[in-house]
Amino acid sequence: MGAGRLYAAVAAGGFRRYATYRAATAAGVFTNTVFGLILVYTYQALWDERPLLGGYDQAQAVTYVWLGQAFLSTLAIGGGGVEDELMERIRTGNVAIDLYRPADLQLWWLAADLGRALFQLLGRGVLPFVFGALCFPVSLPADAGTWAAFLVAVILAMLVGFGIRYLVALSAFWLLDGTGVTQMGWLLGYFCSGMLLPLNVIPGVLGEVVRVLPWSSLLQAPADILLGHADPLPTYLFQGAWAVVLLGAGRLAQSAATRRVVVQGG
Amino acid sequence: MAEGRARRAAEGVRAYRLIAGMWVRSTMAYRASFAMTTFGNFAATFLDFVAIMLMFSRVDALGGYPLPEVAFLYGLSATSFGLADLLIGSMERLGRRVRDGTLDTLLVRPAPVLAQLAADRFALRRLGRVTQGALVLGWSLTRVDVDWTADRLLLMPVMVASGCGIFCAVFVAGAAFQFVAQDASEVQNAFTYGGTTLLQYPPTVFAKELVRGVTFVLPLAFVNWLPATYVLGRPYPLGLPEWTAFASPLVAVACCALAGSAWRAGLRSYRSTGS
Repeated sequence: MGAGRLYAAVAAGGFRRYATYRAATAAGVFTNTVFGLILVYTYQALWDERPLLGGYDQAQAVTYVWLGQAFLSTLAIGGGGVEDELMERIRTGNVAIDLYRPADLQLWWLAADLGRALFQLLGRGVLPFVFGALCFPVSLPADAGTWAAFLVAVILAMLVGFGIRYLVALSAFWLLDGTGVTQMGWLLGYFCSGMLLPLNVIPGVLGEVVRVLPWSSLLQAPADILLGHADPLPTYLFQGAWAVVLLGAGRLAQSAATRRVVVQGG
Repeated sequence: MAEGRARRAAEGVRAYRLIAGMWVRSTMAYRASFAMTTFGNFAATFLDFVAIMLMFSRVDALGGYPLPEVAFLYGLSATSFGLADLLIGSMERLGRRVRDGTLDTLLVRPAPVLAQLAADRFALRRLGRVTQGALVLGWSLTRVDVDWTADRLLLMPVMVASGCGIFCAVFVAGAAFQFVAQDASEVQNAFTYGGTTLLQYPPTVFAKELVRGVTFVLPLAFVNWLPATYVLGRPYPLGLPEWTAFASPLVAVACCALAGSAWRAGLRSYRSTGS
């Protein structure tokens, strides 16, 4: 089997696996919709007071909310991607079996996570977004080109998101118990990706800092392309650079870990 | 009959105390880990408030409420919810227990299932959330402009206790629902975490239908919106009469009774997965 086909099969497996949990998916759609509703009203109140806050008009702010709800589980911003399972395998020592496979550890988990992310986007992301677009005034581009540019940014966001979470998961090689790192990971991710508040609304130095951190690739970057707020090319460069840095760091950490690894269990 | 029920309640409290105590002792074996997770709990909820503070760095009021008043609503909601989460937040795990069959172990033990389940994995680190809510509430009290009459003072602890009761009812009802939909535990988050987030903002922010829904259908408005508007001397949402601010304890009792019967119905309908 060619390497490309192998990873495609792993990705398809990741997709199918998450597609099995139908009731959980429906529950997730419901919960994302409820949270979207609550956020939309608070954002509307905020933009009523300060129109054009952060350069968005009210419709753009509302669109941003529903994008966030669509991306929350897609990009596993609050955790819940394949890193949970990888961490468990590192802790129990089962990762040794993965290392024996004639496949690259990082690419294997990346493929599985991309499959998962694609399912979450279609299964959990689209419905709350459509609900939001139908029930509230939103700002969506009419041309297919912007949508295509947006989708490319979403794929890059998936790579950056995985890059961050893979590093989080690998920390278990050294720490064994990854609860603390996982928690820090999603706390940072939640705030710095702009899930709580669009990053362009955050004032001062704090705002400048969060906008250059990798998490801004996850929600802010694709949202700004969809809202016509940013040019695709510089955005891709930014996301791509972070993807390369993070995946490269993951590769280094992986080889360091496998060289000195002492597998648990027996 | 009444005596039997009282005895059963006492048994439940005793079982809860014993199991919760056991979990506290076991978490205290790893003190550093306990300190870190408690801090994490604190930080996670604190970020919500950071978002609100950042909003107020750009505006003076939200839905007509200035920051101290929003902090007042936030503190009340977060404290009541935090207490409910501390007491019976573990009930979320019911769906998993139904799926993997470990609920059966609880059924054969001579103690009320509800008490066992609520105390299971009792997590003292959830004090992090309560502390954060209480701190925000304390800060808001130093800033809000309130004429502290006796009834307003009295309403404060009543509000927190009733709010805790209402959220407990939501937790129990959510767990009962998981007997039917084992995989759908996330629906519960919409009402628990979603509910507390909703109440952290003034009622004036939300659409009338939504406010009606959380007043008459799922009466979350009695956790803080109604009593707090009385304390703050603000117009009531939906133009409700003034006495509704004092109805929270009754609403809490009614909610708990309803959730209790939903729980019993759910437990009766339970069929073990039997693997």
